[in-house]
This record gives sequence, C-alpha cells and structure tokens, in this order.
Amino acid sequence: MLKDQDRIFTNLYGMHARTLAGARKRGHWDGTDTLIKNGSDWIVDQVKASGLRGRGGAGFPTGLKWSFMPKESDGRPSYLVVNADESEPGTCKDREIMRHDPHTLIEGCLIAGFGMGANAGYIYIRGEFIREREALQAAIDEAYDAGLLGKNAAKSGWDFDLYLTHGAGAYICGEETALLESLEGKKGMPRMKPPFPAGSGLYGCPTTVNNVESIAVVPTILRRGPGWFGSFGRPNNAGTKLFAISGHVNNPCVVEEAMSIPLQELIEKHCGGVRGGWDNLKAVIPGGASVPMLPKSLCDEAIMDFDWLRDQRSGLGTAAVIVMDQSVDVVKAIWRLSAFYKHESCGQCTPCREGTGWMMRVMDRLVKGEAEIEEIDMLLDVTKQVEGHTICALGDAAAWPIQGLIRHFRDDIEDRIKSKRNGRISSVAAE
Amino acid sequence: MLRRLHHEQPESFAFSPANLKWTETQIAKYPEGRQASAVIAILWRAQEQEGWLSKPALEAVADLLGMDYIRVLEVATFYFMFQLQPVGALAHVQVCGTTTCMICGSEDLIGICREVIADAAHEISADGNFSWEEVECLGACTNAPMVQIGKDFYENLTADKFRQILTAFARGEVPVPGPQNGRYAAEPLSGLTSLKEFESGRDAHNASVALAVGFGDTIKRIQGDEVPILKPVKARKAKASGNKTAGGAAQKPAMLTAANNGAGDDLKQIEGVGPALEKQLNELGIWHFAQIANWSAAEVLWIDENLKRFKGRASRDNWVEQAKILVNSGDSEVVNEMGAKDV
Repeated sequence: MLKDQDRIFTNLYGMHARTLAGARKRGHWDGTDTLIKNGSDWIVDQVKASGLRGRGGAGFPTGLKWSFMPKESDGRPSYLVVNADESEPGTCKDREIMRHDPHTLIEGCLIAGFGMGANAGYIYIRGEFIREREALQAAIDEAYDAGLLGKNAAKSGWDFDLYLTHGAGAYICGEETALLESLEGKKGMPRMKPPFPAGSGLYGCPTTVNNVESIAVVPTILRRGPGWFGSFGRPNNAGTKLFAISGHVNNPCVVEEAMSIPLQELIEKHCGGVRGGWDNLKAVIPGGASVPMLPKSLCDEAIMDFDWLRDQRSGLGTAAVIVMDQSVDVVKAIWRLSAFYKHESCGQCTPCREGTGWMMRVMDRLVKGEAEIEEIDMLLDVTKQVEGHTICALGDAAAWPIQGLIRHFRDDIEDRIKSKRNGRISSVAAE
Repeated sequence: MLRRLHHEQPESFAFSPANLKWTETQIAKYPEGRQASAVIAILWRAQEQEGWLSKPALEAVADLLGMDYIRVLEVATFYFMFQLQPVGALAHVQVCGTTTCMICGSEDLIGICREVIADAAHEISADGNFSWEEVECLGACTNAPMVQIGKDFYENLTADKFRQILTAFARGEVPVPGPQNGRYAAEPLSGLTSLKEFESGRDAHNASVALAVGFGDTIKRIQGDEVPILKPVKARKAKASGNKTAGGAAQKPAMLTAANNGAGDDLKQIEGVGPALEKQLNELGIWHFAQIANWSAAEVLWIDENLKRFKGRASRDNWVEQAKILVNSGDSEVVNEMGAKDV
C-alpha cells in the first residue's frame, strides 16, 4: 500500500488546515521560484520523464501535450485552461482537491502556465460545485495576497493571472473544445479538430486544456523528481492516482493510491470490501460512466491502470470505480447511463443526437424484457453506427457502456426476454 | 433537449445595485471585447437573485454584455442549471439520479419528492414553497445518494433522513449540509485508511459545509451585499489588458445627418455587422465605408463605447481594416474573417 509520505494530496479529506499556511506546512509552494527558474524546457522535460498521463480520462501524456504549445508568440497570448468540469458519472476526485487541497492546483497552474508560456489561466469548474468554487476562489485570493499570483508571481519573474470561472450544468463542457466554447460565452458545442487548441483554442489563441489532477500533481513531481513518480505503477502507467470508489462497497471513498493497484486490493484495503463479500460482486465500471463494465470474473484479476484495462476493452478513464453487487439489475444500471447520455448530448451531430435516444429507448425495453432477441444485435449495430461518427467522444461514450453490457451480460438480457415471453421468472429477473 | 421560456413572464428585471457592481468583477476576468465570456456567471447571479430566469432577465444580461438576445437565449436554454420557469419560493430540490446514486437508493428519494412536494418535476408544491427535479450526476458519488438544495449538497442520505430534512426546511430551518451519516467528507465511513496524521486536529466541518454554515445562504436569494467584494479583479491584473488605446480618451467621429447622394453603403458587408448594428450606425450618422475607414484609434474607442448591446464590436471585428478593403474594392465583394478579400 502507498505510504502517506508518498501521497501528493495529503489533505484530501480536509482534516488539516485548508489555508495557505496549512498548505505550506504540508510542503506546497516550497521553492516554486527555484523550480521556475530552471526554465520551461526543463519543466516540460521533467513532466515528460515522469510518465504522467492526463488524469481526465483519455490518458494523453501531459508533458507531450505542453510541448505542442508555440515556443515563440506570434503576437497572440497563450492560455492555460484547467478542466474542472468534473461531471463523468462516478467521478468526484477533483472536488476533493479543489475544496481541501486547492493550493496544489494553484501552484500547479503557475508552473504549468510558465512551462507553456501562458500569462493567464482559467479554471472552469462545474456550476453545481458552488462551495468548491468559493473554497477555490478563497485560496486564489490568498495566493494573490501572498504574491504567489499576479505580477512576478512567487518571485519567479513570471507574470501569471489565474481566474476562476464556471459552467451551468452541461456534461458536454468537460470535452475540451466544448469547454472553450462555453468559456467564450457560447453553447458548449464541441469544435472540429484540427485546429487543435494548442494552435487555436480560447479566443483563437494557443491553449492547453488539462484536468485538475494532472496540473495539481506537477509541483510535487518537480520537487521529488520524475524518478520518484515513475517508481509507482507499471511502465507506461506511472504515478499515484486518485481513485473514487462508489456504489456497493462497505465504505465508499476517494483515496490516493499507486497506479496499477489490483482492483480487489483497492476495494479490500480502503473500502472495507464489497457489500456482502467479494463473491457478492456482480460487475464493476472501472473508470467512470463511459467505459465498458467488467464482470466479476475479470474483476478477480483486474489491475487498475490504463493499459491493463484497455487490453480488456475497457479503460481507466477517470479512475471512478462504480461497484455493483448481485442485487443490481445491470441492464437497468446501463439503461440509466443511456438516459444520461441522451440528456447530455449537445445535439450538434445527428448520429449522437438521434442515436442516444434510440439506444435509450431500446435499453428501456430490454430492462422490461419486452423485446425480441434480435434486438440485442440491432442495438449493438446502432452503437457501432454512433461510435466514431461524431465530432467529439460523447457518441463513443454513449455506445461503449452498452457494448460492454452486451459483451458480458448477453445471457442476462436474453433470459429476461425469454422469461417475459414464457411468463416465468428466472433468477435474474427476480431482482 | 428542447427548453423554452415560461409562458408567463414578469414585466421587468433589474439587478440589485450590489449585484450590478459584482457583474463588473466578472467581466474584468476576460480580455477587452470578450465580455460575453461572463454570460454564464452573470445569468447565474440573475437566477440567484430571482430564483429563475425570466425573459426580461435574459434581455437585461444581453444589454449589459452587448450580446444579441438570441445568443443569451441559446446559452440559457442550453445549460440545465438555468431554471426557465418559477421554482418553489423556499427551495428547489435537485435529486441526483444517475447510476451510482440510483443503485444506492435515489429512486426512493424521488418517491419522497413526489409524495411531499409535487407529483411532477418542476411543479410547484401546493404551499408554493418547494419544487424538485431529477438531475444528472452531481459529482459526489462516494457520498451517494445525495441531493442539492439551494447551494448545498446533502449527502449519504436515507429516505428517512431526506424526509426529515425536507420537513426542517418547511419549518424554516436550514439543516447542516454535507454527509448525513457521520462522515466528514469523502473518507471511508469506518475510519481512515490513509492520512491519519491530521485526524485529531480537524475543524468541525469539511470545507463545503464550513462555507455553508459560515455564510448561511444555502437557500437565500442573493442580493450581492451578503459578502463584500473585497478584491476587485481589475485592480490586481498583472498586465494592462490588451494593447489597445489604453488610457487614451475616446473621441467622437464626424457624423453625417444623412447619407451622401441619398443612399448609404450596405454596411452589412462588414463581417460582424447585421441589420441591427447597421440601423444603430445609421442612427448615429454613419452611412459609408469611407467614414469608417478613416476612424482614428480614439474614434474606434468612442464607437466601441457607444454601441448599444454591441460594445467593443468595432475593434473586435476590426471594422476599420474591413472598411478600407471595401472602399478600395469599389464593388466590395466578400470579405472573409481575416479581413482579406476573397478572389
């Protein structure tokens, strides 16, 4: 198990002082100016060397992303944008950073901003997080008062302004280009790529959009060295990671653990095990709503990192683990996600706008068992027609959970349809 | 999803003086001419003041930010936190119903809403005090099931606990938000498995609850003077925003009383100028590309400041350069976004 001294978010539960003084006591804002004076190339190289992959879901190498920013300005300013629109069902890790350890994020913003040549940063927090917004704003105000932001921020010689801005309840704004549209005061409809934000992002200027956790871990990585960070997790899956385990475990929680921790160990050590014991487990969604679920047979050996889960045709996503025990109707659980995606589709692309509705309605009938067996394949076919045919990944995200369900629980669906027809209640439908 | 304005609208809307002052701090976060970026925050404050967004409120925000009404309507209808119909006078209850909360019991909570408040979502209770809706994931999944009431999250609920909370609100109390089962924040219920060092010295409440208890504004309609605006963003900006005529005085350009030769140019050929702006320009006394092409920086500044609902457009869309091209081209063909003439 990860030791406390190797944890980056040492105030995850907010039990220590949440103020700047408290953050300093825990080692944050220590020698920030020295780190910055090493130069932006050094910072980007260190982040690259650490193997940090984006914590927002896609797992793109963070240092590499920063290196796409122009080295010399062509007259346009560069922007850092922090994606704090945490809305992926199951995910509630960034909330803990922003309300309880906000200075990790603020220091990270200054360093990342310098690393990519940005004098201004915007943090876009989801609208529902009202208290989290207040807590983070208070921390930003503290940082300004202490000279850690603004002109010659933290005596580093770099000017950096950080602004907090918010959304108003649209999941799609977690998609980076939709977020930029929203930040410009428009509907959050994703943009076509290219141009990528590094070339033309916020207000048509070079922009990098990073997840809260990706930015907040950077200062500690620089202080302790990429080798330290890389010592956790399997190769290509480096570091520590915040996991949010929700659903049917005895003690749901958010916890920082080493990457590549076995799923069972994660649940047994921190969550007091699955409700009713490990054998009562039915399925797990390992990375937030948009990744396909794993049946218990795969959970037994599951390793929580990008590559292992990808190999099982699932994903680490945001590391939001939703645990479902035998009492759960998995078809209904996935139907609810279909309803979510139908609700949140922005309506820009036809396959997604129409397809999410179709998928939800077919799922609705599968839940009730009022369908033909052939419709399972028909549904699978619809998911394939949505997947990959939209501007952003919301279409894919709506398709994958259903594909995962059919891949692993086709028998459950068929049983239900058959029993409905025969008027008998099978063991599955009895729930 | 199709969302429309309410069929009954109030006569008017006005921000309270303190709220109006607060909007300046939001606009100041963005570069010159980008004040539309503040639209979500300012609409939200309008809703905090009134409880919901009416048509006059949308128009007032549009006027404030120099945006077209349709752009503000688009935003208001796109984002689900904006209530486009009246809500309960006391509180609007939002129950998270997405998968984690669903498997942890949110359907029971919705059942209680139907029973205690009103049968249908967005319907106002008989006493006029409450309304409810099911919302998508609120991002507190390890504290499921949960609801948002006003500004705050009530977490780790049971059906009984939720019923008690609603009863307390009806009595005029504001129950302490946060986890309702003895947890502090997002740690394991049975005791810490990590970070035990600070447990003993902890504050009474986690950060969210501490703010809620401190401000006491969970379900309050916000007038803007609850919390003083301590640090106006404008004052602390490290750099002067933009490199336009900073500090320079605006100067009114020469105007015409009527179009030369009885017919003005088609100003709509300037990218970014539509019928409404053309009308405004004509009313000011601007009829010809040649007039615009000759504006000095100070004159552009004056126009920027004196356009109703379109403040800042002249410089943002670079009218002077566009007008120069249109004057030179004579027959003035299509001008693309960059101001270069398409061949």
